[in-house]
Amino acid sequence: MTLRTENNLPDPDTAYRLLVAAHRRLAPDLHASFDAALVLLLANHIGDPEILRQALAAAAASVEA
Amino acid sequence: MPPTRFAYRRAPDQDRATPSHHPIVIVGAGPVGLSLAIDLAQRGQPVLLLDDAERIGEGSRAICFSKRTLEAWDRLGVAAPMLAKGVTWQRGRIFSGAHELFDFNLLPEGGHKMPAFINLQQFYAEAHLVARAGDVPGLDLRWANRVTAVTQDDAGVHVTIQTPDGPYALTATHLVACDGARSPIRAMLGADFVGETFEDLFLIADVKMQAPFPTERWFWFDPPFHPGRSALLHKQPDNVWRIDLQLDRTADPDLERDPDRVRARLTRMLGHGDFSFEWISLYRFQCRRMARFVHDRIIFAGDAAHQVSPFGARGANSGIEDAENLAWKLDAIHRGAPAAALLASYEAERIQAADDNIANSTAATDFIAPATDYEHMLRTTTLRLARHHGFAKRMVNGGRLSKPTAYASPLSTADADPWAGGPPPGAPLVDVPLRAPGGTPSFLTDAFRAAGCTFTLLRHGDGPTLDGIPTLTIGEAEWHDVDGLFAQRYDTSPGDAYLLRPDGYIACRLRAATIPPLRAALTRACGET
Ligand SMILES: Cc1cc2nc3c(=O)[nH]c(=O)nc-3n(C[C@H](O)[C@H](O)[C@H](O)COP(=O)(O)OP(=O)(O)OC[C@H]3O[C@@H](n4cnc5c(N)ncnc54)[C@H](O)[C@@H]3O)c2cc1C
Repeated sequence: MTLRTENNLPDPDTAYRLLVAAHRRLAPDLHASFDAALVLLLANHIGDPEILRQALAAAAASVEA
Repeated sequence: MPPTRFAYRRAPDQDRATPSHHPIVIVGAGPVGLSLAIDLAQRGQPVLLLDDAERIGEGSRAICFSKRTLEAWDRLGVAAPMLAKGVTWQRGRIFSGAHELFDFNLLPEGGHKMPAFINLQQFYAEAHLVARAGDVPGLDLRWANRVTAVTQDDAGVHVTIQTPDGPYALTATHLVACDGARSPIRAMLGADFVGETFEDLFLIADVKMQAPFPTERWFWFDPPFHPGRSALLHKQPDNVWRIDLQLDRTADPDLERDPDRVRARLTRMLGHGDFSFEWISLYRFQCRRMARFVHDRIIFAGDAAHQVSPFGARGANSGIEDAENLAWKLDAIHRGAPAAALLASYEAERIQAADDNIANSTAATDFIAPATDYEHMLRTTTLRLARHHGFAKRMVNGGRLSKPTAYASPLSTADADPWAGGPPPGAPLVDVPLRAPGGTPSFLTDAFRAAGCTFTLLRHGDGPTLDGIPTLTIGEAEWHDVDGLFAQRYDTSPGDAYLLRPDGYIACRLRAATIPPLRAALTRACGET
């Protein structure tokens, strides 16, 4: 399996809004652990270490750029 | 309890004008050197075992001995007294903060001769091994014999030994270095030993007390009595309890060793001060291995070859697995089998196991002692998720306990038939209850031992035999699979067969087995192709 990086969501704006809304409700010191919990839940749902590896590489590239 | 102190005795070798020759010399009478020496001697090889001390090492070292180790020790005739003395356990419990997160069972199914684990102080285990070493013909164990130099050439290994009477020299065809994590022999060869050092300091205390806790392995993350750190509690024989406390990485070992300070910490944990100390030790842990375990005629095993942090009980247990892997190969080599192929297989198989153990111990240590603020946050998040979600419980890592590695091995023959279960080639034998031909309740591990712990054809019902190796038949008139667990755990029907190696690992398996493929698999497993 390859990580899908073209749009895979029926409505990308909704996904983005959901993330924003969830984080707006949080105290500033909770953003990191909130995201960590989200990553762990989604990683388990995806259930494929190869996809996780590719996603980590893409994420690393995005912060290095 | 068997003795733990031993007198130096002058050996005839010390009075000879020229160095005597020994086929196999083992350096280091720790659990690994002792197990290897007994195994070789039981297989009929004369062995010389040298140790620099005159006593068994004391202090807080191994306590958890695995099922696989116990199966090996059973073949060496020492498991029974260890089981009798040891604390049998299979359950662990993980706590986070003030709450229990979950428990786990390391051997949920029945029908195995050996338990998942016993806890036994390492010095007891060694004392039983030394007693057995004294009973096996052909095993010469010399205390207060310190190896001070080794060199090797085409003729053999040249060994210099220091004793209370002065030095002497001898030669060996093979020398096995079981001389521990600080291995002087490794240093003499200038061989590397690289890996990861963990900065966190751990306090290990063995305390004697009357306590109502069950015989389970209890592990805490961030408990109220030791905020922000981890703790472990585990029972040993003689009402002794092992307690591990993670300390700050900046903690001062000399200060932390102070018994009053330790007493205060443990009183907070136990809620009372009604205990006495057996030992107090401070450790920093390492996970590392040698790049190669075989250096021509000098072979490394146990802590000398690889070292792990103790979370997972993989140190001594993996060393015993090294010993059982090497013993039959050295025996075969000294009976004329090809040395290069068999030693290469030892190295290939045991490096896979060492890497597996290092990976598991490193992952556990990283979870137990997070190295950065980020890792600490990730762990806290995982522990929180684990209160409600099963997947996160599986991520919580308080130590993954020792299990034998299935080898991708040059000695194995790959499956040619479809199998839906059963141990694949390269995996160790799985125990099942059987009724012995005489009618007594028994186990497959007993049947294998009765067959001689050699290459063995294990077949379901009638089928072919192989000249020169024993056959173990599972059938009503032979070893009877009363509960049907053999057929289930090995996924067999009548006519199927497994070929076992002398260490009880699977060399190959065949449905409706016939002689030519079995013969080819045996040749390969002997290192002959
Ligand atoms: C706190 C702690 C807890 C542990 N818990 C566990 C556990 O629960 N389960 C587990 O499996 N493992 C555990 N271990 C690891 C275990 O103790 C070691 O892996 C084990 O002792 C290794 O055995 P060995 O025979 O390879 O080496 P050692 O036991 O170190 O023996 C080496 C021997 O070589 C001798 N020697 C050294 N140099 C020379 C020389 N030049 N000449 C002659 N002799 C020499 C030494 O005197 C010694 O007797 C633990 C370790 C620690 C520190």
